[in-house]
This record gives sequence, structure tokens and C-alpha cells, in this order.
Amino acid sequence: MKISCEQAAEICNKSQYREASLMEIIKLKYHIFICKTCKQFTTKNTKLTKLCNESKLQILSEEEKAKMKAELEKSNN
Amino acid sequence: MIANELQPDKWVELHADYLFNYAIGKVSDVEIAKDLVQETFIAGLNSAKNFKGDAAERTWLIAILKRKVIDHYRKINSKKGKAEVRIQYSDQTDAEGEWLEERVADPFVKGGDQEIENEELGLAIQNCIDKLPKKQSRVFTMKTIQGMSTEDICNELGINPSNLWVMIHRARTSLMGCLNQSWF
Repeated sequence: MKISCEQAAEICNKSQYREASLMEIIKLKYHIFICKTCKQFTTKNTKLTKLCNESKLQILSEEEKAKMKAELEKSNN
Repeated sequence: MIANELQPDKWVELHADYLFNYAIGKVSDVEIAKDLVQETFIAGLNSAKNFKGDAAERTWLIAILKRKVIDHYRKINSKKGKAEVRIQYSDQTDAEGEWLEERVADPFVKGGDQEIENEELGLAIQNCIDKLPKKQSRVFTMKTIQGMSTEDICNELGINPSNLWVMIHRARTSLMGCLNQSWF
């Protein structure tokens, strides 16, 4: 049942992407019940996930960037 | 403070996503936003000689993008673009100075600090992502923004899952710190 803080952090990160198993989540819950530092980390980490979801950030694909770069080089010559 | 320098060959890598999200926030259209970013880079290149190094490169590019956004709205608001407002900014007759970006000077931000006012959440996050080491920002973006599976990312970058989680951990920890003051 007992896990280290490092393991707790890894499970916490995985759970931000729904990739932690149920057993791992139970272990994490138990750990943050007794570890204040990890509890704080988990709260902040979850908040970060929420912020990222709210932000609706978009990124340009690698192809689009390559195209932009080519255009830029073309106009530089 | 060391004077800022322009590095046009790195613009796409360093600033494209930030400018892209800024533009989306202003025009709400991905395709138009992409075009505006491209135009901004080219205009930046053409007016690079006006850059005096007081402002950060990104702040300077954003100033150009702002003009591009205004130009865009001018064009769509006036039928066939006839109502474009032309102003004579300089009396140099040989300069084709009808667009403001040719007149862009540095001090849009007084004191030349790196802060961009009224940052929205997405831009604040993008700004922090851009400060991460390259590999971390790549992995974090693929996983979080693009929502790719762990397996796909590992295959594409040739890393193993434990590498990936270590990088995700470092990236997330840095981002928490970076966003801390205003968003937590």
C-alpha cells in the first residue's frame, strides 16, 4: 500500500491524463492522506490540468511550421 | 540589460505558437490567424532594420501582429477594402510607408521589459511552455495540448514511457511555478 513521494507524483501525473489504474489511484489517495507535500502537489497539478483545458490553446503542426519557415526564408532572399 | 537581437531564423520555432494563439484570440478563425502570423513574420523581416533592441523580440512581433489584426478588420469592414485609411506617417517620399509596421519602433512597452499586458490564460500558458527546455515543451505539448497517447509520442520521439513521464513531471512542475503568481 505504501508508496514513495516520487511514485505518488508519477501516479498523480498519469492521472492527469487518465492513465493511472484504479489501484494506483487508491495508493495515491492513501499517500496524500498522510503526506501534506504530495497533497499540495496534487492540488496544484490538478489545477494546472484544469487551466490547460480552459485555455483552449492550439498549436501549429510541424508541417505548418515548416511551411511558414520556408515562406520566411523565401522572402528573406 | 543586454540589447535584444532579432533572430528571424528562429522566429517560427520560438514564437509561432504564441502569435498564433494571440491571433486566434483576436480573429476567432484558425486559417486567418495562421495567415496573420505568416504576414507578421514577413513584415517583421522587412522592418527588422527599425528594431532598436529596446523591447523583447516577442513584444516587437506582437506589436506588428496587432497592426495586422487591425488591417484585417479594416479590410473586412470595408467593401472591397476601399475604405482603408491611409495616413502619411513620414515625409520621406521614397518610403512606401502606408502600413504602420514599417514604422514600428521599439518602445511599445515602456522600460522595455518582457511583460505583455493583459495576458489571457492561454497566452500565459504558452509563454510558460516556451520557457521550457525544447524536448520538455515538445512532450508536454503533444501530450496535453494535442492529447496524443503515450505510445504514439514514444514512437514518434523514440523515447520510452518512463522518460516521457519524467519529462512530463519536470514540465508540469516548471509550469506550476511559472504560472504561480497570477493563476494559482
